[in-house]
Amino acid sequence: MKNVIDAVNLTKGYGPITAVDRVSFTVESGEFFGFLGPNGAGKTTTIRMLTGVIKPDSGTAYVKGHDIRREAIEAKQVMGILPETANAYVDLTAWQNLMFLGELYGVSRPLRRERAAQLLKELGLYERKDQIVKGFSKGMKQRLLVCMALLSDPRILVLDEPTSGLDVQSARLIKEMLQGLNRKGVTIFITTHNMEEANQLCDRVAIINHGRIAVIDQPEKLRVMSEELQSIEIAFDRPVEIESLAKLPSVVDEKKMGDKVRLYTQDPNGLINQIVDYARGEGLRFTALNMLTPSLEDVFVKLTKK
Amino acid sequence: MADDSSRIGILEQLKRAFAICKKDIRIYYVKGPVLIFGILIPLFLFAAFLIGRAVNSGFLVSSLMSMTIFFSATAVVPTIMPWESQAKTLERLVSSPVSITAIVLGDILASFFFGALFSLVPLGLGLAMGVAVINPGILLAAVLLASFCFSSLAAILSTRPTDVPSNVMMLSTFVKFPLLFISGIFVSIEELPEWGRLIASLSPLTYFTDLARFSIEGTSYYPLPLSIVALTSFALLFFAVAVKLHERNTSKRL
Repeated sequence: MKNVIDAVNLTKGYGPITAVDRVSFTVESGEFFGFLGPNGAGKTTTIRMLTGVIKPDSGTAYVKGHDIRREAIEAKQVMGILPETANAYVDLTAWQNLMFLGELYGVSRPLRRERAAQLLKELGLYERKDQIVKGFSKGMKQRLLVCMALLSDPRILVLDEPTSGLDVQSARLIKEMLQGLNRKGVTIFITTHNMEEANQLCDRVAIINHGRIAVIDQPEKLRVMSEELQSIEIAFDRPVEIESLAKLPSVVDEKKMGDKVRLYTQDPNGLINQIVDYARGEGLRFTALNMLTPSLEDVFVKLTKK
Repeated sequence: MADDSSRIGILEQLKRAFAICKKDIRIYYVKGPVLIFGILIPLFLFAAFLIGRAVNSGFLVSSLMSMTIFFSATAVVPTIMPWESQAKTLERLVSSPVSITAIVLGDILASFFFGALFSLVPLGLGLAMGVAVINPGILLAAVLLASFCFSSLAAILSTRPTDVPSNVMMLSTFVKFPLLFISGIFVSIEELPEWGRLIASLSPLTYFTDLARFSIEGTSYYPLPLSIVALTSFALLFFAVAVKLHERNTSKRL
């Protein structure tokens, strides 16, 4: 089976607002797929439909061939899920939370004990396994939720903002674990606001805005396609009025970045020549001159700007 | 093509419901205040019933068992879904491969055990007072049926999509107390006027009270099979309605 997730025209409305509007995408086996979008774009609603938490108004999704509308239990069985707004049971210990999840997924007692111990060790929580979760930090709770998502040894992981708001150590630990799992063939579907994270981790990304898919492609191809988002970053030995640089013929946009100025262009080579001529004419010395390809964040902002 | 070996059967869903039952007992029931509630409430009701009244002890014990099982089996279930919604554990539960039916059944089972267990308190007091149970088998069946029935009723009371438990408790109180007074607990069904007997026949608590009276005193108002069928029917109806309403409302809580 090549596609393990197949979303077909998923649509969901709340009153007059269409939160998700005919969203379709596929995720291949072993792929690390990112789902990006600003707040309110429809990411969480899409994930909730994909994981059978809410029913679509129309359209459907197939997870390893199971229709999420007709075979929701079977679809959920093959996924490890980490919802964005999810908590472990704070009145239970970390171990009890994992045992409970294991029972919900039908994992046998010996296997869930073995996996729970292994996962807690990998995510640095084993010494606290008998501690009530109420005393855990946010990072520890999130790591525990990742353990819970992995307990059934799923071949498909669906994670909604797994590193959001976490300390650097916890975020790194989780990312490294996800990369390790992906190398072993686990399919990972992730939503994130962190462009750098998506750029580092994802084989392909989909950008959603106002409930619709704006683009789906590899991060590098998205960056290359956005010619007008190439830029030259410059700094001189004395401050310069940004308006005078903006008048250069090849400049399409400009931005002040601290002591540097970033000039966007579709003709980087031509713009460099114009900047050199300008600097010579004004008696300026360069302290920085960099040619930049568009970042995924640049592409994202361009595609999702209102 | 789907992988057919991954079909989840009814037996597996029942196991998962039982896991939810155990989780509920651990989190919501095995707590000091809840356990004390289960023991003290029957004791206080016992004392309130007894003071200044010449009451037949068999009538007293059956009435107290009714009140205890009714209050115990409806005490916690209405608040579980609102608590889970507030604590943000509900989405984790709903995204697991467990049906809404199994989730609701799990909540009901925890309440069922609690209700059945605490009905033994007034029974124990009665036995200590010299009351004898003539039909223990009928009493056991009645306790089990009634505990499940009232737990399912409580599950219906929890379907309102709120994450504020006090909102649910208000509705719960509004439903429970009228039922208490129309069910032949304080005044036997035979002594009620015609319209009172008609209203009493609409309450599941009436049938448990009658079965309890039959088990202890050997007499009943309704034929035995009727009481058992009525209690069973109420239990199945309440369970079906609870599942249907939760299927409709659970996503609204998220």
